[in-house]
Amino acid sequence: MSRPKVAFYWCASCGGCEEAVVDLAENILPVVEAVDIVFWPVALDFKRKDVEALENRAIDVAFINGAIRLSEQEEMAKLLREKSKLVVAYGTCAYLGGIPGLANLTDRESILHYVYREAPSLAANPDTMPQEHVRMAEDGVLELPHFDDTVRTLDQVIDVDYYIPGCPPLPQLTLEAVQKILKGELPPKGAVLAPAQALCQECERNASKPERLMISDIKRVHEVIPDAKTCLLAQGLLCLGPATRGGCGALCVQANMPCTGCFGPLEPIRDFGGKALSLVASIVDSTDEKVLRECFAKIPDPAGTFYRYSLPAALLPQRRKINAR
Amino acid sequence: MNEDFEPRIVGMFCNWCTYLAADLAGTSRMKYPPNVHVVRTMCSGRVDPQLILWAFRCGADGVLVGGCHFGDCHYQEGNHKAFRRILLLKQLLPQLGIEPERLRLEWISAAEADRLCAVIADFREQIRQLGPLRAPLEEEKMEHVPA
Repeated sequence: MSRPKVAFYWCASCGGCEEAVVDLAENILPVVEAVDIVFWPVALDFKRKDVEALENRAIDVAFINGAIRLSEQEEMAKLLREKSKLVVAYGTCAYLGGIPGLANLTDRESILHYVYREAPSLAANPDTMPQEHVRMAEDGVLELPHFDDTVRTLDQVIDVDYYIPGCPPLPQLTLEAVQKILKGELPPKGAVLAPAQALCQECERNASKPERLMISDIKRVHEVIPDAKTCLLAQGLLCLGPATRGGCGALCVQANMPCTGCFGPLEPIRDFGGKALSLVASIVDSTDEKVLRECFAKIPDPAGTFYRYSLPAALLPQRRKINAR
Repeated sequence: MNEDFEPRIVGMFCNWCTYLAADLAGTSRMKYPPNVHVVRTMCSGRVDPQLILWAFRCGADGVLVGGCHFGDCHYQEGNHKAFRRILLLKQLLPQLGIEPERLRLEWISAAEADRLCAVIADFREQIRQLGPLRAPLEEEKMEHVPA
């Protein structure tokens, strides 16, 4: 039997997901032996035309990381969908929009205006605006991708078979997913290939979480050095562990930092931010509006706190444009 | 302000108080504007912020949550939770381009049918001033499949 063909591609992402693949370290060797990598622009010299030359569904599985913002990303996602039997949204940006998804708090016009008109670092020519087509003296017309108004998750652009969450996904999760694919032991389509339990269940500090968890004040990470053994939420830090899918082994908490929710929601939750907000509001121990307002003032950026990784996948995925009234 | 604009308001009313107030308003033949689409919930504490966001997503111009006065909650403190969640949610909504005034929480007991009518009339007027929220989502484009 010929080896399964695998492709990797990145869209709007930071490169951390590619790093996560490389972080398989020596474990990558048996994987590379077992599969035939046909496309991986970060590591190997393949071009788009190599993918275009393949038959439809010739690739067994394509791992695509990153959200979708540019026309080029959309084209590549669609091309890989056509050429692949399975598409895996790899990492939280592809799965929920990720950090780049926070750009949905603004829009294309505002971003371009700030970057090319207002940013303090701007140099000489204030008339420069990026164009999609530029005529060059020698080379004819150069084309740049279109910059969309919104950031989208991968499954808002193409049909996705599986999701691997994480910012970035852990090498172990990646390895398990690849092994499942190689053995053909896959769960039903649409599954998130990570444990279906809250982060707290794999957190060593869970035992120190009080039966009835209530806090009187919210603390920000730069204000305190938390006790290294006690539940961070019980210490007043906004640890989103109870609302977040496990699978990382509570890595951030081990480093004494609260969970920010990069693995996304658990099964029944539709909107991660709404649920995380609910979690935090529920445990503040006061009914006095003044006390509560002071407490919530410690969350100066609720959208960035609760939707840090999931805004494009949210119920309200983009800031509403205030209609001219 | 568009004089013809009639807001769509979703009312999430607690089974033990505000919903009964609406019932009383009905049996007493009181009048209130027909803009409110009432959803009966067992407790204002059952109103997950996701449900409020969902209502806005589906085209509500305003959301009115009605619960029991403090001390009267059938489940002891469900209304306390609703109070805190909505307070924090109102802090988030402006970041999504939604005026916090479009979300309103009121304590209305089963006997306060007249107050319910007054609140609905007032809220309708308030939303009329704000204008329509309806920024229709490109549903197909932004639909997100997994849970």
